[in-house]
Amino acid sequence: MKEQEEINDNGRRGFIKNLAIATVATAACGSLSCSCKSKTDVAVTGNKVKLLSPDGEIVEIDSAYLNHQEHMAIVSKLEAREGMAGKKFVMVVDLSRCKNARKCVTACQKWHYRPEETEWLTVKLMKDSEEGAPYWFPKQCFHCDNPPCVKVCPVDATFKRDDGLVLIDNDRCIGCKFCMAACPYSTRVFNWEEPYQPFDMTGMASNPETNIPAKVGTVEKCDFCPDRSREGLLPPCVEACPNGVFYFGDENEDTVSNGDETISFKQLIKDRAAYRFQEELGTKPRVYYLPPKDRQFPVERGYDDLPEKLKDRFRDIMENKS
Amino acid sequence: MELNTYQQEVFEKQRPVIENFSKKTWGWTIFYLLWIGVGGYALYLQIAEGHEVTGMRDNVVWGLYIANFIFFIGISYAGAVISGILHILQVEWRKPIIRIAEMITVIATIIGPIFILLCIGRLDRLHHLFLYPRLQSPITWDVLAIGTYFAGSVIFLYLALIKDFAIYRDAKMNVPKWKQKMYKILAIGYRGTPSQKRHIKISTNLMAIMIVPLAIIVHSVLSWIFGMTLRPGWHSTIFGPYFVLAAIYSGTGVLIMAMWVYRKMYKLESYLTDKHFIYLGYIMMILGAGYGYFTFSEYLTDWFASEKWTSEVISKLFNMAEYGWWFLFANVAGILLPILIVAIPKTRTPNLITIASFFMVIALWVKRYLIIVPTLESPLLPMQDTRIEYVKYSATWVEWALTLAGVATFFLFFTLMSKFMTVIPISEFGDKEKKAEPETKILPEAEIASA
Repeated sequence: MKEQEEINDNGRRGFIKNLAIATVATAACGSLSCSCKSKTDVAVTGNKVKLLSPDGEIVEIDSAYLNHQEHMAIVSKLEAREGMAGKKFVMVVDLSRCKNARKCVTACQKWHYRPEETEWLTVKLMKDSEEGAPYWFPKQCFHCDNPPCVKVCPVDATFKRDDGLVLIDNDRCIGCKFCMAACPYSTRVFNWEEPYQPFDMTGMASNPETNIPAKVGTVEKCDFCPDRSREGLLPPCVEACPNGVFYFGDENEDTVSNGDETISFKQLIKDRAAYRFQEELGTKPRVYYLPPKDRQFPVERGYDDLPEKLKDRFRDIMENKS
Repeated sequence: MELNTYQQEVFEKQRPVIENFSKKTWGWTIFYLLWIGVGGYALYLQIAEGHEVTGMRDNVVWGLYIANFIFFIGISYAGAVISGILHILQVEWRKPIIRIAEMITVIATIIGPIFILLCIGRLDRLHHLFLYPRLQSPITWDVLAIGTYFAGSVIFLYLALIKDFAIYRDAKMNVPKWKQKMYKILAIGYRGTPSQKRHIKISTNLMAIMIVPLAIIVHSVLSWIFGMTLRPGWHSTIFGPYFVLAAIYSGTGVLIMAMWVYRKMYKLESYLTDKHFIYLGYIMMILGAGYGYFTFSEYLTDWFASEKWTSEVISKLFNMAEYGWWFLFANVAGILLPILIVAIPKTRTPNLITIASFFMVIALWVKRYLIIVPTLESPLLPMQDTRIEYVKYSATWVEWALTLAGVATFFLFFTLMSKFMTVIPISEFGDKEKKAEPETKILPEAEIASA
């Protein structure tokens, strides 16, 4: 676990660094109309820019001293709309392993700098029929291939990429919330007030691949962490899960990994009779569920240790169960 | 402009209304402005502190504002459809009421869209609708449809006004200079030449024909904002016609109420006669029956097939502890009451028809609320949220204040417009009306006998 934290931390630091560079690069290109490739331009411009150092400190330097990078981990907004060539991201969630440890939820919040109340990824307690057994059901954005949210967006702020991801440009979103009404899975979250920020994020340029910083009056949701995929890393929820519930990967490559094992996607969904949630809606989700058969944990394991506040969420189901 | 004797009479009757701005009118105007001021403060709070100050949250993303939006666009149908259709059918008795009807249309079409703006989280980015428009979004359809509709209804109102403006211009009224100047500009040099008359006639006919389909498109598109989603209670094929019919229905109700108020306030009994109330009452009754049919058909199919998600919404509407009383009110006051009041000869009087209209209009507002909120409170996945404001919508004072400000704006516009133009159009009347005048007051009984 400790090691895991370490990796996460490094990943994030590198990420912040890249982000800052990206911010500066855009600012410099915009204001000075210089070529980003130019390396000889060192004349002091008097144009100060704020940077976030790897230690988390804000430093102010002249834009002329910036080292413009050709390959940035954070891509341009245009590229962020196209997606990663040749990829087709897919996720498989093994319901038989989930015990509502909620490590995925907190890892997600930490990675995206979201407060405790904002759950892009949430764990529901499902009970399909009266006599049916309840089971834990982690749910993030399904990144549907026929996304109802994208269809209704009036300004193309939410869009579908070639690699299967449905992302949001929170610089463009007008906050009409039509996508939230259209999404049948209640996936989307709205910033009803000035969003919580763990540190000063002023001047940071938001990108559809990160949605950091969050912006008041705009919609946000799970993004499958494409910034991590670009670095060859798994999303934090996948890495954080102690039970290997989430498999994330590329459908084109036919591989999915939960961090411990990397297996064939097609084989997995065939062997384990995977299904997609509410297939009948025709939204064609990119998230597959493996039915909660032969479960590793009794459902109570995920309930008993919860703080009272969280217990309240599931009380009616758990208490009526027996 | 030469006026015939009857026109002269109509004009003289309304002249004081335009010339005097009485203390009472000032009082009302200030009252409305205060009301709007409170709304303005609420709006300031909403912009400064974010939508946090409203009752809307992630599950119920829309609330009062959208209900108001549908409501106001709905009542705008008074002018567009009632006046438009009656014009096309060349119904003579429409003449004294068309101005009021078209005023309702223009005012409501201004206020309605303001409410959808109140739902938008980033008003500073509104221009994105034109910078990055996406044609497949029903919101884009709405922007186009409402924009066209508004332009159309302003033109329709204005066409019928040009002749009147010319009359005001030439009448040497005792009004401030700016007003006189406005009349002159707005009359655009109308002198009543045969060619001018012909052009206005052709344009009015064209607009009357265009305004009807435009209005139908507007409310259909509006209903599709809901109909196009995968939500129980919204995803219904009859939503387009259902909304259109409900809109004409509520528009008729507001028209009847406005007629009643003007008749009382400006003593226009000889022009806005009992006959107008009764005829509009008949129209309202027929529309009410149609609306009732749609309502019945919508909820019967949902309830009978009892699909899991729709059943959940239906059960909330039928449950007295949830929305049961409101649903009952919406149907009794919104369907049964107006039909019965008009159907029974004894109750078919202007006052009772107006009271029925009042309750019907309120009931239709409640119905819009019941279309929006219970559906949003029934997401397909269990909410499992402990934050009560996320589970159950309850409007805050900010939303109510802005709602009331919208109503106040409606009244304010109405008052001010009636001080600028005569609510009974003057130029519409010819000499022949004068001869037909004696039979203005028709007893309800006589009406049935002749029908």
